[in-house]
Amino acid sequence: MKQLLVRSEVCVGCKSCELACAVAHSQSKTLIGAFLEPVRPKKRVFVETDGRINFPLQCRQCSDRPCVHACMAGAMHLDPTTGLVQVNPEKCVGCWMCVMVCPFGAITEGPSHQAVKCDRCRELDYEPACVSACPTKALQWVDVDHFAAVGRRSWVDHLKEANHHA
Amino acid sequence: MLNERSIDPAALDLLKKAAVDGIETVWDRYDAQQPQCGFGSLGICCRHCIQGPCRIDPFGQGPTRGICGATADVIVARNLLRQVAAGAAAHVDHAYDAVEALELAAQGKIDYPITDKHKLRTIAAGLGLDATGKDLNALALEVVKVAYADMGNHSHKPMQWLMAHAPKERIAVWKSLGILPRNPDREIREALHQTTMGMDADPVNLILATAKQGLVDGYAGLKLATDMQDILFGTPTPVVTQANLGVLKADYVNLIVHGHVPLLSEKIVQWAKSLSAEAEAVGAKGIQVAGICCTGNEVLMRQGVPLATNFLAQELAIVTGAVDAMVVDVQCIMPSLAQVASCYHTELITTMPIVKIPGATHIPFSLEHADEVAQVIVRKALTAYTKRDPRKIQIPNHRSTIMAGFSVEAISAALAHIDAEQPLKPLVDNIANGNILGVVATVGCNNVKVTQDLFHVEMVKELLKNNVLVVATGCSAHALAKAGLMNSEGTEHFAGASLKAVLTAIGQAAGLGAPLPPVLHMGSCVDNSRIGDLVTAIAGYLGVDTAALPVAASAPEPQHEKALSIGTWAVTMGITTHLGVVPPVLGSQQVTELLTNGLTDVIGGKFYVETDPLRAAQGLIADIRTKRQALGLTN
Repeated sequence: MKQLLVRSEVCVGCKSCELACAVAHSQSKTLIGAFLEPVRPKKRVFVETDGRINFPLQCRQCSDRPCVHACMAGAMHLDPTTGLVQVNPEKCVGCWMCVMVCPFGAITEGPSHQAVKCDRCRELDYEPACVSACPTKALQWVDVDHFAAVGRRSWVDHLKEANHHA
Repeated sequence: MLNERSIDPAALDLLKKAAVDGIETVWDRYDAQQPQCGFGSLGICCRHCIQGPCRIDPFGQGPTRGICGATADVIVARNLLRQVAAGAAAHVDHAYDAVEALELAAQGKIDYPITDKHKLRTIAAGLGLDATGKDLNALALEVVKVAYADMGNHSHKPMQWLMAHAPKERIAVWKSLGILPRNPDREIREALHQTTMGMDADPVNLILATAKQGLVDGYAGLKLATDMQDILFGTPTPVVTQANLGVLKADYVNLIVHGHVPLLSEKIVQWAKSLSAEAEAVGAKGIQVAGICCTGNEVLMRQGVPLATNFLAQELAIVTGAVDAMVVDVQCIMPSLAQVASCYHTELITTMPIVKIPGATHIPFSLEHADEVAQVIVRKALTAYTKRDPRKIQIPNHRSTIMAGFSVEAISAALAHIDAEQPLKPLVDNIANGNILGVVATVGCNNVKVTQDLFHVEMVKELLKNNVLVVATGCSAHALAKAGLMNSEGTEHFAGASLKAVLTAIGQAAGLGAPLPPVLHMGSCVDNSRIGDLVTAIAGYLGVDTAALPVAASAPEPQHEKALSIGTWAVTMGITTHLGVVPPVLGSQQVTELLTNGLTDVIGGKFYVETDPLRAAQGLIADIRTKRQALGLTN
């Protein structure tokens, strides 16, 4: 199954993913249209930095799902068809328990006092908007094993280079 | 995929060849640039100081101010002012070169004749110079002195070139807004100063400064350049030739001139004729010169040189494998040309000190050695011809007949066949009685974001159908020429009934034996001054403000900063100016509102953004009808 994975070493911090995320969750689905909507759409990905590493962070879809366990209203739930944790805004009472237990800070407040988070663009039938928008391919929509294989090859190349210099 | 890139059949043929030849084009690079940055698209990133770059979050969750405190409104307004100042700078620099050429010509230091004595006298008279008893060269030097005086004006008096040529009603409006430019160089410098860190933070003040840059462009750029070039090389009169890459000839040496300034290309056209015997010596039948972009328009208008193609297809010209040399001067020259030329036998020749491209041959142009340089360039083309690879040649079999050369003087001359005393009267009468609903000037570029030429052609067809007369310059003129809208058949096919009747009557009176084309080619981008002159003359004839006329402008596919500065000038003239591509200003609602609506009350004109060609035509027609109604004319 494909996952949203990040090569943080190539993230230049342009925040294109943030804009694309907000647009993907707007009514009009266009940059200019979204900008003109009376209620501005909310982004669900956040480019964080410590000054050295940039990281576009969003809901990681943890398998232990602390947010689901903490939700007393049943709004935060595991969608059986996709296997993804999603929010049902109609059930959300805005108690923010999920926000408090999320280890990534990936859940924020929506326009009508309910929790919003990355839904992996479930309304879209293509790869997530943040991935399409990333100019450096720091954000990827890939199989975990494929991502890992690329990482291993990169490590071997690095090893060769280190030996060469030694 | 391919049919979305262009509607030009020659370009479509050559895109297939480019794919086979492994040539990367502007369209490939556009695809590779996707997605384009949303902050840049909305105009809300600032790189003016190195505390930045700063970006404003358009959706309000992130920063609402840059590090210095600048809001989205300030950042957008500052960015726009810089872009418009850059566009104005390009035209003023062009005009300055032409002034310098006239000075050296009048001093007898260079081998350029003063071709149009009548225009020189007209300009001198307009500037209030006394021509009595002065020989031509002395008078030319006085005209040059006025132009230089504007460039070196240390006082607060407005530019003389503007005061002598702009409509009086407009000058009063600009004065009341405090935007009359003094010295073009000073205004451009001031715009850079005004937009640097820690300066103007008032979006309204910044937009007024932008309007001032429009006036700098209009009078110290466009108008000055055209006037100088007409004096030197002659004011255009109607010429008939052809447009599109099918004008290249398999058995001729093909030499393409590309860029904007005619100072070198005029000499190349001359020497290509003189050296045709040498072409025969290398086995060719002669030398075919053809033009791209506005250098192409300049030598078309005055020398009848055919048009090769417009901005987006400049690389594809080389892909024909039949271009022996492409000589470039300034502006709109893609750096990629060197890469494309390296795959064929084509000599890419740069000529100007401020345009050098690694991979091209640089042959420095100077006015003093113009003839030698032109000969060297023509002979380079002859040598390259002998290195052609016949397997790589594919000249598209597409060309359209065009009639061009419609300077204001040429239009007046055609109309004078109907009314010699008051040449503008037949035109104005036909606008007044509704046979001609109004006039739209289509100008400007191709933009890779739009299917090449599509917006120009589709919008203009709709305008013509509704009896709107169209005049065109720049790459818009190229697009309409290629599409067959600049010949008499175009009038038969595309003009509405009453417009067709008028064009037929004028064509017959002028002895053409056929209707005038429905779209009048008025020249290069600096020749937008001709459109300004025409509008000024019509307003003067009627005794009304230019803002009241049923006239509109459109840049259907704008890409260059020059298009923004020309458009800004049109707006300051009180003219509704359509843009078919959204400029990077929408990140500020205040600036967008000022440009498209808020300024209208004070300046008369406005920008109108519409990205659909048919809706744009309908919007322009509605605007024309509103102005007709205000003048008490029937719709």
